[in-house]
Amino acid sequence: MIGRLWAIAVNTFREAVRDRVLYNLILFALLIVGASIIFGQVSIAINRIVLINLGLTAISLFGIVIAIFIGIGLVSKEMERRTLYTVLAARPVRRWEFLTGKFLGLVMTLVVNALLMSVGFFAALLYVSRGLGRGDLQLVTAIYFILLEFVLITALALLFSTFSTPVFSSIFAFALFAIGTFAEDFRGIASMAEGSSRWVMTAAAYLVPNFASLNVISQVAHDTPVEPQLILWNTAYVAVYTAAMLTASVWIFGRRNLK
Amino acid sequence: MSGELRAHAAYVLLLAFLLTASTLLVRKLDRLREDQPLLEVLYIPSPKVVKRMSLGYTGLLADVYWTRVVQYFGHRHKAKTKHYLLLEPLLDMTTTLDPQLLPAYQFGSVFLSQKPPEGAGDPEAAARLVEKGIAENPTAWRLYYDLGYIYWLELKDPLRASKTFDKGSKIPGAQPWMGVMAALLAGHAGETDTAVYMWTNILNSTEDKNLRDNASKRLLCLRVDTEVKSLQTRVDEFATRAGRHPQGWRELIAAGLLRGVPADPEGRPYKLAEGRVEVAEPDRFPFITRGLPSGAQAKDVPIYGL
Repeated sequence: MIGRLWAIAVNTFREAVRDRVLYNLILFALLIVGASIIFGQVSIAINRIVLINLGLTAISLFGIVIAIFIGIGLVSKEMERRTLYTVLAARPVRRWEFLTGKFLGLVMTLVVNALLMSVGFFAALLYVSRGLGRGDLQLVTAIYFILLEFVLITALALLFSTFSTPVFSSIFAFALFAIGTFAEDFRGIASMAEGSSRWVMTAAAYLVPNFASLNVISQVAHDTPVEPQLILWNTAYVAVYTAAMLTASVWIFGRRNLK
Repeated sequence: MSGELRAHAAYVLLLAFLLTASTLLVRKLDRLREDQPLLEVLYIPSPKVVKRMSLGYTGLLADVYWTRVVQYFGHRHKAKTKHYLLLEPLLDMTTTLDPQLLPAYQFGSVFLSQKPPEGAGDPEAAARLVEKGIAENPTAWRLYYDLGYIYWLELKDPLRASKTFDKGSKIPGAQPWMGVMAALLAGHAGETDTAVYMWTNILNSTEDKNLRDNASKRLLCLRVDTEVKSLQTRVDEFATRAGRHPQGWRELIAAGLLRGVPADPEGRPYKLAEGRVEVAEPDRFPFITRGLPSGAQAKDVPIYGL
Protein backbone atom coordinates (compact mmCIF):
# COMPACT_ATOMS: atom_id res chain seq x y z
CA MET A 1 0.00 0.00 0.00
CA ILE A 2 2.73 2.47 0.99
CA GLY A 3 4.57 1.62 -2.23
CA ARG A 4 1.48 2.43 -4.30
CA LEU A 5 0.86 5.69 -2.42
CA TRP A 6 4.49 6.69 -2.89
CA ALA A 7 4.40 5.88 -6.60
CA ILE A 8 1.30 8.04 -7.16
CA ALA A 9 2.73 10.85 -5.02
CA VAL A 10 6.05 10.87 -6.90
CA ASN A 11 4.22 10.77 -10.21
CA THR A 12 2.07 13.76 -9.18
CA PHE A 13 5.20 15.64 -8.13
CA ARG A 14 6.89 14.91 -11.48
CA GLU A 15 3.83 16.05 -13.36
CA ALA A 16 3.75 19.33 -11.44
CA VAL A 17 7.44 19.92 -12.18
CA ARG A 18 6.80 19.12 -15.83
CA ASP A 19 4.02 21.72 -15.74
CA ARG A 20 6.76 24.28 -15.01
CA VAL A 21 5.30 25.04 -11.60
CA LEU A 22 8.71 25.83 -10.21
CA TYR A 23 9.06 28.70 -12.70
CA ASN A 24 7.32 30.87 -10.11
CA LEU A 25 10.54 30.67 -8.12
CA ILE A 26 12.23 32.98 -10.62
CA LEU A 27 9.43 35.50 -10.25
CA PHE A 28 9.64 35.15 -6.49
CA ALA A 29 13.40 35.68 -6.48
CA LEU A 30 13.04 38.82 -8.60
CA LEU A 31 10.29 40.12 -6.35
CA ILE A 32 12.27 39.59 -3.17
CA VAL A 33 15.54 41.00 -4.48
CA GLY A 34 13.76 43.96 -6.09
CA ALA A 35 11.75 44.70 -2.95
CA SER A 36 14.73 44.50 -0.64
CA ILE A 37 16.68 46.94 -2.82
CA ILE A 38 13.79 49.36 -3.41
CA PHE A 39 12.59 49.46 0.19
CA GLY A 40 16.13 49.75 1.42
CA GLN A 41 16.41 52.95 -0.61
CA VAL A 42 13.02 54.56 0.00
CA SER A 43 12.08 53.69 3.56
CA ILE A 44 13.46 54.34 7.01
CA ALA A 45 13.80 51.56 9.55
CA ILE A 46 11.17 49.26 8.06
CA ASN A 47 13.04 47.60 5.20
CA ARG A 48 13.51 44.42 7.25
CA ILE A 49 9.83 44.39 8.28
CA VAL A 50 8.73 44.98 4.70
CA LEU A 51 11.00 42.22 3.45
CA ILE A 52 9.61 39.74 5.99
CA ASN A 53 5.99 40.74 5.30
CA LEU A 54 6.44 40.70 1.56
CA GLY A 55 8.58 37.56 1.43
CA LEU A 56 6.38 35.40 3.65
CA THR A 57 3.18 36.72 2.09
CA ALA A 58 4.56 35.90 -1.36
CA ILE A 59 5.53 32.37 -0.26
CA SER A 60 2.06 31.90 1.15
CA LEU A 61 0.09 33.35 -1.78
CA PHE A 62 2.20 31.67 -4.48
CA GLY A 63 1.71 28.35 -2.72
CA ILE A 64 -2.03 28.86 -2.23
CA VAL A 65 -2.50 29.71 -5.90
CA ILE A 66 -0.44 26.70 -7.00
CA ALA A 67 -2.26 24.41 -4.55
CA ILE A 68 -5.65 25.49 -5.86
CA PHE A 69 -4.84 25.43 -9.56
CA ILE A 70 -3.08 22.09 -9.47
CA GLY A 71 -5.36 20.65 -6.78
CA ILE A 72 -8.56 21.24 -8.75
CA GLY A 73 -7.10 19.40 -11.72
CA LEU A 74 -5.84 16.37 -9.82
CA VAL A 75 -8.95 14.32 -10.45
CA SER A 76 -10.72 16.19 -13.25
CA LYS A 77 -7.66 16.17 -15.53
CA GLU A 78 -7.33 12.41 -15.23
CA MET A 79 -11.03 12.04 -15.97
CA GLU A 80 -10.80 14.33 -18.99
CA ARG A 81 -7.86 12.40 -20.39
CA ARG A 82 -9.72 9.17 -19.68
CA THR A 83 -6.63 7.86 -17.88
CA LEU A 84 -8.30 7.54 -14.50
CA TYR A 85 -10.33 4.45 -15.32
CA THR A 86 -7.27 2.84 -16.84
CA VAL A 87 -5.23 3.51 -13.72
CA LEU A 88 -7.88 2.24 -11.35
CA ALA A 89 -9.01 -0.72 -13.43
CA ALA A 90 -5.73 -1.95 -14.85
CA ARG A 91 -3.61 -1.56 -11.74
CA PRO A 92 -4.12 -2.73 -8.17
CA VAL A 93 -4.82 0.79 -6.94
CA ARG A 94 -7.82 1.58 -4.77
CA ARG A 95 -9.66 4.85 -5.16
CA TRP A 96 -8.68 6.14 -1.72
CA GLU A 97 -5.04 5.28 -2.45
CA PHE A 98 -5.23 7.21 -5.71
CA LEU A 99 -6.68 10.28 -3.99
CA THR A 100 -4.33 10.16 -1.01
CA GLY A 101 -1.34 9.65 -3.30
CA LYS A 102 -2.37 12.65 -5.40
CA PHE A 103 -2.79 14.70 -2.24
CA LEU A 104 0.65 13.71 -0.91
CA GLY A 105 2.24 14.41 -4.29
CA LEU A 106 0.89 17.92 -4.43
CA VAL A 107 1.83 18.62 -0.82
CA MET A 108 5.34 17.38 -1.64
CA THR A 109 5.49 19.78 -4.60
CA LEU A 110 4.38 22.68 -2.44
CA VAL A 111 6.82 21.85 0.33
CA VAL A 112 9.77 21.72 -2.10
CA ASN A 113 8.56 24.92 -3.72
CA ALA A 114 8.21 26.69 -0.35
CA LEU A 115 11.58 25.45 0.88
CA LEU A 116 13.33 26.75 -2.23
CA MET A 117 11.56 30.10 -1.88
CA SER A 118 12.53 30.16 1.81
CA VAL A 119 16.20 29.78 0.85
CA GLY A 120 15.82 32.83 -1.41
CA PHE A 121 13.97 34.68 1.32
CA PHE A 122 16.63 34.03 3.96
CA ALA A 123 19.35 35.02 1.49
CA ALA A 124 17.62 38.36 0.92
CA LEU A 125 17.14 38.79 4.67
CA LEU A 126 20.81 38.07 5.25
CA TYR A 127 21.66 40.76 2.71
CA VAL A 128 19.32 43.33 4.28
CA SER A 129 20.05 42.56 7.96
CA ARG A 130 23.76 41.82 7.48
CA GLY A 131 23.30 38.65 9.54
CA LEU A 132 20.73 36.36 11.11
CA GLY A 133 19.97 36.11 14.84
CA ARG A 134 18.22 33.66 17.15
CA GLY A 135 15.06 35.74 16.87
CA ASP A 136 14.90 34.81 13.20
CA LEU A 137 13.93 31.28 14.26
CA GLN A 138 10.40 32.68 14.60
CA LEU A 139 10.45 33.04 10.82
CA VAL A 140 10.83 29.27 10.51
CA THR A 141 7.66 28.88 12.59
CA ALA A 142 5.84 31.25 10.25
CA ILE A 143 7.05 29.19 7.25
CA TYR A 144 5.91 26.00 8.98
CA PHE A 145 2.44 27.54 9.44
CA ILE A 146 2.44 28.46 5.74
CA LEU A 147 3.13 24.80 4.93
CA LEU A 148 0.16 23.86 7.12
CA GLU A 149 -1.93 26.31 5.08
CA PHE A 150 -0.87 24.49 1.93
CA VAL A 151 -1.90 21.14 3.39
CA LEU A 152 -5.32 22.54 4.27
CA ILE A 153 -5.96 24.25 0.94
CA THR A 154 -4.75 21.19 -1.02
CA ALA A 155 -7.24 19.00 0.85
CA LEU A 156 -10.01 21.51 0.07
CA ALA A 157 -9.10 21.77 -3.63
CA LEU A 158 -8.99 18.00 -3.86
CA LEU A 159 -12.41 17.72 -2.22
CA PHE A 160 -13.97 20.12 -4.71
CA SER A 161 -12.27 18.45 -7.64
CA THR A 162 -14.03 15.19 -6.79
CA PHE A 163 -17.48 16.54 -7.58
CA SER A 164 -17.20 19.88 -9.41
CA THR A 165 -15.74 21.39 -12.55
CA PRO A 166 -12.26 22.96 -12.36
CA VAL A 167 -13.64 26.52 -12.65
CA PHE A 168 -16.15 26.09 -9.85
CA SER A 169 -13.68 24.14 -7.75
CA SER A 170 -11.21 27.01 -7.92
CA ILE A 171 -13.92 29.53 -7.03
CA PHE A 172 -15.04 27.44 -4.06
CA ALA A 173 -11.48 26.92 -2.87
CA PHE A 174 -10.57 30.62 -3.14
CA ALA A 175 -13.82 31.61 -1.41
CA LEU A 176 -13.18 29.22 1.46
CA PHE A 177 -9.62 30.47 1.75
CA ALA A 178 -10.88 34.07 1.98
CA ILE A 179 -13.59 33.15 4.50
CA GLY A 180 -11.13 31.05 6.49
CA THR A 181 -8.73 33.99 6.66
CA PHE A 182 -11.45 35.95 8.47
CA ALA A 183 -12.56 32.90 10.51
CA GLU A 184 -11.91 34.60 13.85
CA ASP A 185 -13.95 37.65 12.89
CA PHE A 186 -16.64 35.36 11.54
CA ARG A 187 -16.84 33.59 14.92
CA GLY A 188 -16.88 36.98 16.67
CA ILE A 189 -19.79 38.13 14.52
CA ALA A 190 -21.59 34.81 15.08
CA SER A 191 -21.27 35.20 18.84
CA MET A 192 -23.04 38.55 18.61
CA ALA A 193 -25.99 37.19 16.62
CA GLU A 194 -29.20 36.24 18.39
CA GLY A 195 -31.76 33.46 18.18
CA SER A 196 -31.58 30.66 15.63
CA SER A 197 -29.29 32.65 13.32
CA ARG A 198 -26.68 32.50 16.10
CA TRP A 199 -26.66 28.69 15.96
CA VAL A 200 -26.50 28.58 12.18
CA MET A 201 -23.73 31.19 12.01
CA THR A 202 -21.75 29.59 14.83
CA ALA A 203 -21.93 26.17 13.18
CA ALA A 204 -20.83 27.66 9.86
CA ALA A 205 -18.07 29.66 11.55
CA TYR A 206 -16.61 26.52 13.10
CA LEU A 207 -16.94 24.41 9.97
CA VAL A 208 -15.03 26.74 7.66
CA PRO A 209 -11.27 26.12 7.64
CA ASN A 210 -9.50 28.17 10.27
CA PHE A 211 -6.72 29.92 8.36
CA ALA A 212 -6.71 32.82 10.81
CA SER A 213 -4.55 31.18 13.47
CA LEU A 214 -2.08 29.99 10.82
CA ASN A 215 -1.08 33.49 9.78
CA VAL A 216 1.61 34.86 12.09
CA ILE A 217 3.52 36.78 9.42
CA SER A 218 2.90 40.24 10.90
CA GLN A 219 3.64 38.93 14.36
CA VAL A 220 7.07 37.54 13.45
CA ALA A 221 7.85 40.63 11.38
CA HIS A 222 7.60 42.56 14.66
CA ASP A 223 9.76 39.99 16.50
CA THR A 224 6.83 38.89 18.66
CA PRO A 225 7.38 35.29 19.74
CA VAL A 226 4.95 32.58 18.67
CA GLU A 227 3.64 30.45 21.53
CA PRO A 228 4.91 26.83 21.32
CA GLN A 229 1.37 25.68 22.20
CA LEU A 230 0.09 27.42 19.09
CA ILE A 231 2.42 25.28 16.98
CA LEU A 232 1.12 22.13 18.66
CA TRP A 233 -2.59 22.95 18.37
CA ASN A 234 -2.35 24.33 14.85
CA THR A 235 -0.64 21.12 13.77
CA ALA A 236 -3.33 19.01 15.45
CA TYR A 237 -6.08 21.13 13.89
CA VAL A 238 -4.66 20.89 10.36
CA ALA A 239 -4.18 17.12 10.74
CA VAL A 240 -7.78 16.59 11.88
CA TYR A 241 -9.39 19.00 9.40
CA THR A 242 -7.36 17.58 6.52
CA ALA A 243 -8.39 14.06 7.55
CA ALA A 244 -12.02 15.21 7.48
CA MET A 245 -11.65 16.72 3.98
CA LEU A 246 -9.87 13.61 2.69
CA THR A 247 -12.57 11.38 4.18
CA ALA A 248 -15.25 13.44 2.43
CA SER A 249 -13.23 13.34 -0.84
CA VAL A 250 -12.81 9.57 -0.68
CA TRP A 251 -16.51 9.13 0.12
CA ILE A 252 -17.65 11.27 -2.83
CA PHE A 253 -15.02 9.88 -5.19
CA GLY A 254 -15.99 6.33 -4.24
CA ARG A 255 -19.53 6.92 -5.47
CA ARG A 256 -18.58 8.40 -8.84
CA ASN A 257 -19.02 6.46 -12.03
CA LEU A 258 -15.69 6.76 -13.82
CA LYS A 259 -16.54 4.90 -17.03
CA MET B 1 -27.81 -3.52 6.54
CA SER B 2 -26.15 -3.90 3.16
CA GLY B 3 -22.39 -3.47 2.75
CA GLU B 4 -22.84 -0.21 0.84
CA LEU B 5 -25.07 1.27 3.54
CA ARG B 6 -22.59 0.24 6.20
CA ALA B 7 -19.82 1.98 4.29
CA HIS B 8 -21.87 5.21 4.01
CA ALA B 9 -22.70 5.08 7.72
CA ALA B 10 -19.01 4.62 8.52
CA TYR B 11 -18.08 7.65 6.37
CA VAL B 12 -20.75 9.79 8.03
CA LEU B 13 -19.63 8.77 11.51
CA LEU B 14 -15.97 9.35 10.71
CA LEU B 15 -16.72 12.77 9.19
CA ALA B 16 -18.87 13.77 12.17
CA PHE B 17 -16.11 12.69 14.55
CA LEU B 18 -13.39 14.58 12.64
CA LEU B 19 -15.43 17.75 12.27
CA THR B 20 -16.36 17.71 15.97
CA ALA B 21 -12.69 17.24 16.84
CA SER B 22 -11.70 20.12 14.55
CA THR B 23 -14.35 22.36 16.18
CA LEU B 24 -12.94 21.56 19.62
CA LEU B 25 -9.44 22.31 18.36
CA VAL B 26 -10.57 25.68 16.95
CA ARG B 27 -12.05 26.52 20.36
CA LYS B 28 -8.74 25.57 21.97
CA LEU B 29 -6.87 27.76 19.45
CA ASP B 30 -9.24 30.66 20.10
CA ARG B 31 -8.67 30.41 23.84
CA LEU B 32 -4.93 30.21 23.29
CA ARG B 33 -4.90 33.32 21.11
CA GLU B 34 -7.20 35.12 23.54
CA ASP B 35 -4.78 34.41 26.41
CA GLN B 36 -1.86 35.75 24.43
CA PRO B 37 -0.80 39.23 25.45
CA LEU B 38 -2.87 41.41 23.15
CA LEU B 39 -0.53 43.08 20.76
CA GLU B 40 -0.74 46.81 21.11
CA VAL B 41 0.37 47.41 17.57
CA LEU B 42 -1.45 48.13 14.33
CA TYR B 43 0.45 46.48 11.52
CA ILE B 44 -0.92 48.88 8.94
CA PRO B 45 -1.37 52.10 10.87
CA SER B 46 -2.46 54.27 7.97
CA PRO B 47 -6.23 54.27 7.25
CA LYS B 48 -5.52 55.68 3.80
CA VAL B 49 -3.25 52.76 2.93
CA VAL B 50 -5.83 50.26 4.17
CA LYS B 51 -8.50 52.07 2.15
CA ARG B 52 -6.44 51.73 -1.03
CA MET B 53 -5.65 48.11 -0.28
CA SER B 54 -9.34 47.30 0.15
CA LEU B 55 -9.82 47.61 -3.63
CA GLY B 56 -13.06 49.50 -3.11
CA TYR B 57 -14.59 47.03 -0.64
CA THR B 58 -14.35 49.65 2.08
CA GLY B 59 -17.79 49.00 3.56
CA LEU B 60 -17.08 45.37 4.32
CA LEU B 61 -13.64 46.17 5.67
CA ALA B 62 -15.09 48.91 7.89
CA ASP B 63 -17.55 46.37 9.30
CA VAL B 64 -14.67 44.01 10.03
CA TYR B 65 -12.72 46.79 11.74
CA TRP B 66 -15.78 47.86 13.75
CA THR B 67 -16.18 44.26 14.94
CA ARG B 68 -12.52 44.36 15.93
CA VAL B 69 -13.09 47.59 17.87
CA VAL B 70 -15.91 45.95 19.81
CA GLN B 71 -13.87 42.82 20.48
CA TYR B 72 -10.76 44.81 21.43
CA PHE B 73 -12.76 46.98 23.81
CA GLY B 74 -14.56 43.93 25.22
CA HIS B 75 -11.33 42.02 25.86
CA ARG B 76 -9.57 44.97 27.44
CA HIS B 77 -12.62 45.85 29.51
CA LYS B 78 -12.92 42.26 30.73
CA ALA B 79 -9.25 42.32 31.70
CA LYS B 80 -9.91 45.57 33.66
CA THR B 81 -7.00 47.19 31.89
CA LYS B 82 -6.29 50.88 32.09
CA HIS B 83 -4.73 51.10 28.64
CA TYR B 84 -6.65 51.11 25.38
CA LEU B 85 -3.81 52.14 23.10
CA LEU B 86 -5.32 50.76 19.90
CA LEU B 87 -8.83 52.06 20.46
CA GLU B 88 -8.45 55.47 18.84
CA PRO B 89 -6.45 54.26 15.79
CA LEU B 90 -8.87 51.39 15.24
CA LEU B 91 -11.83 53.77 15.38
CA ASP B 92 -10.05 56.16 13.03
CA MET B 93 -9.46 53.25 10.64
CA THR B 94 -13.11 52.17 10.83
CA THR B 95 -14.53 55.64 10.25
CA THR B 96 -12.08 56.43 7.45
CA LEU B 97 -13.11 53.26 5.65
CA ASP B 98 -16.80 54.01 6.14
CA PRO B 99 -17.40 57.62 7.21
CA GLN B 100 -21.16 56.99 7.35
CA LEU B 101 -20.91 54.24 9.99
CA LEU B 102 -22.68 56.24 12.72
CA PRO B 103 -22.53 53.58 15.49
CA ALA B 104 -18.74 53.74 15.29
CA TYR B 105 -18.85 57.43 16.28
CA GLN B 106 -21.61 57.06 18.85
CA PHE B 107 -20.39 54.00 20.73
CA GLY B 108 -16.72 54.62 19.92
CA SER B 109 -16.86 58.02 21.64
CA VAL B 110 -18.34 56.37 24.73
CA PHE B 111 -15.57 53.74 24.76
CA LEU B 112 -12.98 56.51 24.43
CA SER B 113 -14.40 58.96 26.96
CA GLN B 114 -15.27 56.73 29.93
CA LYS B 115 -12.60 56.72 32.58
CA PRO B 116 -10.44 53.58 33.04
CA PRO B 117 -11.14 50.74 33.54
CA GLU B 118 -14.52 51.41 31.92
CA GLY B 119 -12.91 53.08 28.93
CA ALA B 120 -9.85 54.85 27.61
CA GLY B 121 -10.45 58.01 29.68
CA ASP B 122 -9.67 60.24 26.73
CA PRO B 123 -12.58 62.66 26.23
CA GLU B 124 -10.52 64.83 23.86
CA ALA B 125 -10.10 61.83 21.53
CA ALA B 126 -13.82 61.12 21.89
CA ALA B 127 -14.63 64.70 20.92
CA ARG B 128 -12.27 64.50 17.93
CA LEU B 129 -13.97 61.31 16.75
CA VAL B 130 -17.47 62.81 16.95
CA GLU B 131 -16.29 66.05 15.32
CA LYS B 132 -15.00 63.92 12.44
CA GLY B 133 -18.38 62.20 12.33
CA ILE B 134 -20.21 65.53 12.16
CA ALA B 135 -17.90 66.74 9.38
CA GLU B 136 -18.75 63.58 7.40
CA ASN B 137 -22.43 63.44 8.38
CA PRO B 138 -23.60 67.01 8.94
CA THR B 139 -27.28 66.01 8.98
CA ALA B 140 -26.93 63.42 11.78
CA TRP B 141 -28.41 65.35 14.73
CA ARG B 142 -27.63 62.48 17.09
CA LEU B 143 -23.89 63.15 16.70
CA TYR B 144 -24.39 66.72 17.94
CA TYR B 145 -26.05 65.26 21.01
CA ASP B 146 -23.04 62.93 21.53
CA LEU B 147 -20.59 65.80 21.12
CA GLY B 148 -22.59 68.11 23.39
CA TYR B 149 -22.68 65.41 26.00
CA ILE B 150 -18.87 65.04 25.89
CA TYR B 151 -18.33 68.81 26.14
CA TRP B 152 -20.80 69.08 29.00
CA LEU B 153 -19.91 66.23 31.31
CA GLU B 154 -16.50 65.02 30.24
CA LEU B 155 -14.76 68.24 29.30
CA LYS B 156 -16.84 70.39 31.74
CA ASP B 157 -17.57 73.02 29.13
CA PRO B 158 -21.33 73.72 29.37
CA LEU B 159 -21.17 76.76 27.09
CA ARG B 160 -19.64 74.79 24.22
CA ALA B 161 -22.07 71.98 24.95
CA SER B 162 -24.98 74.40 24.79
CA LYS B 163 -23.84 75.69 21.39
CA THR B 164 -23.47 72.12 20.11
CA PHE B 165 -26.94 71.08 21.32
CA ASP B 166 -28.32 74.26 19.76
CA LYS B 167 -26.68 73.50 16.39
CA GLY B 168 -27.99 69.95 16.48
CA SER B 169 -31.51 71.07 17.38
CA LYS B 170 -31.73 73.01 14.10
CA ILE B 171 -31.16 69.93 11.97
CA PRO B 172 -34.37 68.60 10.40
CA GLY B 173 -35.60 65.58 12.35
CA ALA B 174 -33.80 66.50 15.58
CA GLN B 175 -35.65 65.76 18.81
CA PRO B 176 -37.20 68.90 20.32
CA TRP B 177 -35.45 68.29 23.65
CA MET B 178 -32.11 69.08 22.01
CA GLY B 179 -33.13 72.77 21.99
CA VAL B 180 -34.26 72.55 25.61
CA MET B 181 -30.92 71.01 26.57
CA ALA B 182 -29.15 73.93 24.88
CA ALA B 183 -31.28 76.41 26.83
CA LEU B 184 -30.82 74.61 30.16
CA LEU B 185 -27.06 74.50 29.78
CA ALA B 186 -26.87 78.10 28.64
CA GLY B 187 -28.89 79.04 31.74
CA HIS B 188 -26.60 77.01 34.04
CA ALA B 189 -29.42 74.82 35.33
CA GLY B 190 -28.59 72.32 38.09
CA GLU B 191 -26.62 69.37 36.76
CA THR B 192 -28.97 66.77 38.24
CA ASP B 193 -32.12 68.44 36.87
CA THR B 194 -30.57 68.65 33.42
CA ALA B 195 -29.45 65.03 33.60
CA VAL B 196 -32.93 63.87 34.65
CA TYR B 197 -34.38 65.82 31.75
CA MET B 198 -31.88 64.32 29.29
CA TRP B 199 -32.31 60.70 30.37
CA THR B 200 -36.10 60.97 30.46
CA ASN B 201 -36.03 62.20 26.87
CA ILE B 202 -33.66 59.46 25.81
CA LEU B 203 -35.90 56.87 27.47
CA ASN B 204 -38.94 58.21 25.65
CA SER B 205 -37.32 58.70 22.26
CA THR B 206 -35.30 55.54 21.65
CA GLU B 207 -36.33 52.06 20.60
CA ASP B 208 -32.92 50.60 21.39
CA LYS B 209 -33.32 48.17 24.31
CA ASN B 210 -29.81 48.73 25.66
CA LEU B 211 -30.22 52.49 25.63
CA ARG B 212 -33.66 52.26 27.27
CA ASP B 213 -32.39 49.94 30.02
CA ASN B 214 -29.44 52.21 30.59
CA ALA B 215 -31.62 55.33 30.71
CA SER B 216 -33.96 53.66 33.24
CA LYS B 217 -31.03 52.68 35.42
CA ARG B 218 -29.59 56.19 35.23
CA LEU B 219 -32.90 57.74 36.22
CA LEU B 220 -33.17 55.39 39.23
CA CYS B 221 -29.67 56.35 40.31
CA LEU B 222 -30.42 60.03 39.92
CA ARG B 223 -33.54 59.51 42.05
CA VAL B 224 -31.44 57.84 44.74
CA ASP B 225 -28.96 60.75 44.63
CA THR B 226 -31.80 63.26 45.02
CA GLU B 227 -33.42 61.29 47.87
CA VAL B 228 -30.15 60.82 49.75
CA LYS B 229 -29.39 64.53 49.43
CA SER B 230 -32.82 65.44 50.82
CA LEU B 231 -32.58 62.90 53.66
CA GLN B 232 -29.08 64.09 54.59
CA THR B 233 -30.41 67.65 54.93
CA ARG B 234 -33.02 66.40 57.43
CA VAL B 235 -30.49 64.32 59.35
CA ASP B 236 -28.20 67.37 59.59
CA GLU B 237 -31.13 69.49 60.77
CA PHE B 238 -31.85 66.96 63.51
CA ALA B 239 -28.20 67.00 64.53
CA THR B 240 -28.21 70.79 64.72
CA ARG B 241 -31.36 70.77 66.85
CA ALA B 242 -30.43 67.87 69.15
CA GLY B 243 -26.68 68.41 69.27
CA ARG B 244 -26.08 64.75 68.38
CA HIS B 245 -26.53 62.31 65.48
CA PRO B 246 -29.90 60.54 65.35
CA GLN B 247 -29.77 56.85 66.43
CA GLY B 248 -32.28 55.80 63.81
CA TRP B 249 -35.08 56.92 61.50
CA ARG B 250 -37.62 56.69 64.41
CA GLU B 251 -36.05 59.73 66.01
CA LEU B 252 -36.47 61.77 62.83
CA ILE B 253 -40.08 60.60 62.50
CA ALA B 254 -40.72 61.51 66.16
CA ALA B 255 -39.16 64.93 65.55
CA GLY B 256 -41.58 65.49 62.65
CA LEU B 257 -38.79 65.58 60.05
CA LEU B 258 -39.98 62.41 58.29
CA ARG B 259 -43.34 60.68 57.85
CA GLY B 260 -42.00 57.11 57.71
CA VAL B 261 -38.88 55.00 57.24
CA PRO B 262 -37.44 56.11 53.89
CA ALA B 263 -36.71 53.41 51.27
CA ASP B 264 -34.78 53.37 47.99
CA PRO B 265 -36.59 52.91 44.63
CA GLU B 266 -36.39 49.13 45.05
CA GLY B 267 -38.00 49.25 48.51
CA ARG B 268 -34.94 48.69 50.72
CA PRO B 269 -34.80 51.09 53.69
CA TYR B 270 -31.93 53.59 53.62
CA LYS B 271 -29.38 53.09 56.40
CA LEU B 272 -28.32 55.68 58.92
CA ALA B 273 -24.71 55.35 60.10
CA GLU B 274 -23.33 57.99 62.48
CA GLY B 275 -25.21 60.80 60.87
CA ARG B 276 -24.65 59.62 57.31
CA VAL B 277 -27.41 58.42 55.00
CA GLU B 278 -26.37 55.27 53.12
CA VAL B 279 -27.90 53.04 50.49
CA ALA B 280 -28.47 49.47 51.77
CA GLU B 281 -27.15 47.74 48.63
CA PRO B 282 -25.10 50.21 46.60
CA ASP B 283 -24.30 47.57 43.96
CA ARG B 284 -27.94 47.72 42.89
CA PHE B 285 -27.39 51.37 41.88
CA PRO B 286 -24.07 51.39 40.02
CA PHE B 287 -24.04 55.08 39.07
CA ILE B 288 -24.94 56.80 42.35
CA THR B 289 -22.65 59.49 43.72
CA ARG B 290 -24.34 59.87 47.13
CA GLY B 291 -25.25 57.37 49.88
CA LEU B 292 -22.23 55.16 49.30
CA PRO B 293 -20.71 53.37 52.32
CA SER B 294 -18.10 55.37 54.20
CA GLY B 295 -14.77 55.26 52.36
CA ALA B 296 -16.29 54.04 49.09
CA GLN B 297 -15.96 56.19 46.03
CA ALA B 298 -18.39 56.80 43.22
CA LYS B 299 -17.53 54.77 40.14
CA ASP B 300 -15.29 56.45 37.66
CA VAL B 301 -18.13 56.46 35.18
CA PRO B 302 -20.00 59.72 35.51
CA ILE B 303 -23.61 59.18 36.47
CA TYR B 304 -24.71 60.59 33.17
CA GLY B 305 -22.47 58.48 30.96
CA LEU B 306 -23.82 55.76 28.70
